Amino acid sequence: MTKQQANWSPYDNNGGSCVAIAGADYCVMAADTRMSSGYNILTREYSKICKLADKAVMASSGFQADVNALQKQLAAKHLTYQHQHNKQMSCPAMAQLLSNTLYYKRFFPYYAFNVLGGLDSEGKGCVFTYDAVGSYERVGYSSQGSGSTLIMPFLDNQLKSPSPLLLPAQDAVTPLSESEAVDLVKTVFASATERDIYTGDKLEIVVLNAGGIHREYMELRKD
Amino acid sequence: MSQVAVEAPPKGGFSFDLCRRNGMLSKKGVPPPSYRKTGTTIVGLIFQDGVILGADTRATEGPIVCDKNCEKIHYMAPNIYCCGAGTAADTEAVTDMVSSQLQLHRYHTGRESRVVTALTLLKSHLFKYQGHVQAALVLGGVDANGPHLHTIYPHGSTDTLPFATMGSGSLAAMSVFESKYREGLTKEEGIKLVCEAICSGIFNDLGSGSNVDVCVITKGQKEYLRNHQLPNPRTYVSSKRFSFPKKTEVLLTRITPLKEMVEVIGGGDIMEE
Repeated sequence: MTKQQANWSPYDNNGGSCVAIAGADYCVMAADTRMSSGYNILTREYSKICKLADKAVMASSGFQADVNALQKQLAAKHLTYQHQHNKQMSCPAMAQLLSNTLYYKRFFPYYAFNVLGGLDSEGKGCVFTYDAVGSYERVGYSSQGSGSTLIMPFLDNQLKSPSPLLLPAQDAVTPLSESEAVDLVKTVFASATERDIYTGDKLEIVVLNAGGIHREYMELRKD
Repeated sequence: MSQVAVEAPPKGGFSFDLCRRNGMLSKKGVPPPSYRKTGTTIVGLIFQDGVILGADTRATEGPIVCDKNCEKIHYMAPNIYCCGAGTAADTEAVTDMVSSQLQLHRYHTGRESRVVTALTLLKSHLFKYQGHVQAALVLGGVDANGPHLHTIYPHGSTDTLPFATMGSGSLAAMSVFESKYREGLTKEEGIKLVCEAICSGIFNDLGSGSNVDVCVITKGQKEYLRNHQLPNPRTYVSSKRFSFPKKTEVLLTRITPLKEMVEVIGGGDIMEE
């Protein structure tokens, strides 16, 4: 009798880390630009951050082929939305759409770990964090991907957020200024790169605020 | 007197006591723990008057770097060094063990150790354990018969080569050697080529990283260049200092003195005689 198990997997893990921090009037999204498979680096400059709408940006790690398919799906849905409503989707609406899109493939999931960030209807920073099958939550900051186990405890320590169970509901946004948040993100990635082999090469930072969207880059270790 | 079977003292070697238990556990789906691996780039080459060995300095446990600056070039004898890849504990134990045997052999014979002696000791140990001692080695040295370079695989097979690479970064390093190695390199050219091969492992293989260690062995002398190159400095240091404010809160402190708790109940059998 020959082997009866599948020895091939439709999934791969391309690694990488994503971080998002929401402030009172801004949102900082960051991800490294390394894409890897096993012990190999496939490319050193692959952007994991995707602009879905004027005020909604998604950063995704996991399996980049699935991420790509997911981005395509969301872009198509967003285009339909624009034709029907003659406006851009808001960030909380995009968050629900992303959740539904992920859950639609509950039994053959997109192997994608996303954080969605942007500005809500009041112009306040918002971050939504997901698992691969669509469970999501609005938070003040989040981290996903291979370095998240290193990054998340540090963010928890520095940006302690109020419990979502508290009544009356507390604001989840962090007390940092925009430049402080960018500085924190740079530190966090420089540190994660030291210890996580799948994080490195370059850091892409996207900042959303009332002025619009702007990107910046920082070099990371290349080993 | 109860009859207790006195166990014979262990004769040395590995203990296989827990094999059955671990077999049962893994059959029931409890995965064995992962070991610290040096998913490594190690290289060696022969140049005009000796041997040069090189290694990176990253040790990993799965996707996590557990040592950013470990030593992978191990001492075997004053004229022999050995680079190790694989499970860190195995490469360390096997090189330590053989270097002791070589030392004793030198005391016995009063002569310098030969590279083939180290080679035979290493390969017979590794063959005995059928690949379970996970050590992939690059052995280099200069002895009475001139410079020697060997690779040893975990199952005990060996190669004798003018240039060699091992570990997860071996392909990246070998591509450099295959394109640039030639016979009769000078010391400077040799070190440069070894560094280039290691760097190609460091940058292209995720299992390898951090710094470059080099060891040059020539007739009657050696040069151990620890951290010869440091190509991966930290890229960002915040100007701001981080504070880690609230520590674990002490809610209550109570010390119960044990002495006062001792209660002697009177009587008791008085020992006879």
